[in-house]
Amino acid sequence: MLRFTLRRLAELALVFLGVTFAIYAAVFALPGDPIASLGGDRPLAPDVAERIRAVYHLNDPLWSQYLRYLGRLLTGDLGTDFHGRSVAERLATRWPVTIRLALTAWVIQVVVGVGLGLLAGLRKNTWIDRSVLVLTILIASVPVFVLAATAQLVFGVRLALLPIAGISDGWPLSYLLPATTLAVYGLAAVARLTRGSVAETMGSDHVRALWARGLSRRRVIGIHVLRNSSIPVLTFLAVDLGFLLGGAVVTEGIFNLPGVGQLLFQSIRSHEGPTVVGIATALIIVFLLSSALVDLLNSLLDPRIRHD
Amino acid sequence: MTDVLSFSDLTVDFAVGGTTVRAVDRVSLGVRPGEVLALVGESGSGKSVTALAAVGLLPANATVSGRIAFGGADVVSMNRRELTALRGRRIAMVFQDPVGALDPVFTIGSQLVETIRAYRPGLSRPAARARAVELLELVEIPADRFRSYPHQLSGGQCQRVMIALAVAGDPELLIADEPTTALDVTVQQEILGVLLAVRAEISGAILLITHDLGVVADVADRVVVLRDGAVVETAPVAELFERPQTAYTRELLAAIPRGGARDQTGAVGDVVPVLSIEELTVDYRRTGRAVDGVSLRLDPGEITGLVGESGSGKSTIAKAVLGLAPITAGEIRVGGESLTGARPAALRRIRSGIGVVFQNPAGSLNPRAAIGRSIGEPLAVHRGVRGAALRARVGDLLESVELPRSWADRYPHELSGGQRQRVSIARALALDPPLLIADEPTSALDVSVQATVLELIRSLQRDLHFACLFISHDLVVVDQLCDRVAVLSQGRVVEQGAREAVLRAPQAPYTLRLLAARSWK
Repeated sequence: MLRFTLRRLAELALVFLGVTFAIYAAVFALPGDPIASLGGDRPLAPDVAERIRAVYHLNDPLWSQYLRYLGRLLTGDLGTDFHGRSVAERLATRWPVTIRLALTAWVIQVVVGVGLGLLAGLRKNTWIDRSVLVLTILIASVPVFVLAATAQLVFGVRLALLPIAGISDGWPLSYLLPATTLAVYGLAAVARLTRGSVAETMGSDHVRALWARGLSRRRVIGIHVLRNSSIPVLTFLAVDLGFLLGGAVVTEGIFNLPGVGQLLFQSIRSHEGPTVVGIATALIIVFLLSSALVDLLNSLLDPRIRHD
Repeated sequence: MTDVLSFSDLTVDFAVGGTTVRAVDRVSLGVRPGEVLALVGESGSGKSVTALAAVGLLPANATVSGRIAFGGADVVSMNRRELTALRGRRIAMVFQDPVGALDPVFTIGSQLVETIRAYRPGLSRPAARARAVELLELVEIPADRFRSYPHQLSGGQCQRVMIALAVAGDPELLIADEPTTALDVTVQQEILGVLLAVRAEISGAILLITHDLGVVADVADRVVVLRDGAVVETAPVAELFERPQTAYTRELLAAIPRGGARDQTGAVGDVVPVLSIEELTVDYRRTGRAVDGVSLRLDPGEITGLVGESGSGKSTIAKAVLGLAPITAGEIRVGGESLTGARPAALRRIRSGIGVVFQNPAGSLNPRAAIGRSIGEPLAVHRGVRGAALRARVGDLLESVELPRSWADRYPHELSGGQRQRVSIARALALDPPLLIADEPTSALDVSVQATVLELIRSLQRDLHFACLFISHDLVVVDQLCDRVAVLSQGRVVEQGAREAVLRAPQAPYTLRLLAARSWK
């Protein structure tokens, strides 16, 4: 178990270094000059531009810039952007929005997706099963901007039930529409996965043996089927949470939510290298943590993978 | 005496893709109190369906008619609540695959406690735990296994736990559906012993479902023979073995492998062996040493049986010969050519001279390729045979394994297990190899099919004179087929020599134990 944990940590470190360097290099390889664009339409005086470059060590070779960045990162410093603002502070104002959005969408996926999947799995090959399949795939095939705009039109403009955009109404009102839109795309996967897993478990030898032992329906389904079929579903849901926390660029854009996804998009457009790398680094940490969580969950739920 | 359980005109139909298939056809039989009644038949004879019908566990696409009388009530017309009260408490079941029949994510202790408390809701947790330990002791599982998960136990131990679970409800009838089929020979006998022991404990009857008449002879009081869903014959066990009334029963009896069927052939000395293995050692990184200093020699035209329980290293030796296992030490020569350290091209050439037949014909044939393509593939790859010549050769090969030439276009799923194994044999022999490795080629098959496949291997060997490394856990099969026998235990050869010497006058204690585990009739 200790060797397994150490190997896993070494893998984490390697992935972390590889991905941060790749993003760092990619952002600095983007065409265009961030310093020149700071000046807007009027070009900066050459000596001013040169001074700014020197402050940000932009004339150093890429590897030395990266190493300096990495060193500061280890002390928790995500750096400053080209306007001198702390990337960590800018992120801090954005995270709450994204976290609220992600968790709301995730809860919708869990409740609706797992619920529909359970229903379909227990009623395999009936009209209920088939309707769930058709429904989830149908809504997931609609492009996100069409679905989002339609939702805004119907619930925001026509029915005037929910705010159309922005976060001025706070949680939950402002988040319901965007979170539902966001959740729809993971819904089909969660429902299908749950359905397949439940149906497979229901058909397994050990469940038949439980019926043969005369255990109650509540125990067989509520304890044994649920625990066995939850393993792949929870794995997916944990990865999915990491993905949702990464911010939804399109959804945040359409609903004008000042979240991490929107910041990332704006930063890429304005060549804000330090901000892009800062956000990407934070997201990688979220991803690595959620994949570690998946491993932990798996080993807790399935004794067969505990001991090697 | 009234029967504990009786079926009258039980008929079960399955709706399969628009048509109905009759699995059980007007079966009538009764289980008397305290007896062991064996329900015997090949797979597809309807014996398991009959058993599942007795506890109302048939799948949703089954239609049941007739009457299943148990304790004055009709099981067929019971609702869900009545069935729950019946299952486990009055009729308990033990299934074929014990590892799969236990929930993998709960400890065996918690599954026992859960079941005990389901039968006696008032029982406190500590009391249920004490009863669970008692049941484990009854089936001879040490109490410190209480917190083990099913995957940490052997197949035999899992089946003991299943029996403990079945006994927990103190049932009047225990239905055991092929309880020993998935287990090693040495364990099979022990499990039958445990079953008989618990019968005394619960003083109930046992309905034993099996395809193995060898098992029946040991434990059953009466036998019902089932074929294609209908009862063929019912008789007390001694009578059935001495005076079988129907042709089908006689056929089944004749198909039980018997000792000493193969004629002694004179082995040829002083030739280059087809296969020679010297001091072979194989270590796996995770599980450690699988093969430990094994030496073997296989002369042209000779069949050597490699016998041992699962985990004894016999399949690993086969893998090593094919270059698929990490060889730590020792040397393997095929036709005088060393395999160890051979370059990939040489290795491929050596392998083309080895035909392989695996245990599971369903898994070793490409399900999406017509069998003709599977058979012809080695010819196309190694010999470059194409077009009409290939088709003709594939047809010959099909005929050599007694399948019609026209079947080349069929797919594996259209064939029975025995027919699929014939296809595997045809493919293995496509290149006319001097060496055939057969890894448990008959263990996945029914007894009567087993006999025909063995007969096929024997006659092909007479015609083609290949040498054969025949891997099996079944001593009787080995006795029928092999010239020489090597007995393997924990990666070492404990005994080897001519068949007669090893099987009639075994020296090693392990061989004796192996022989004792199998009743010789």
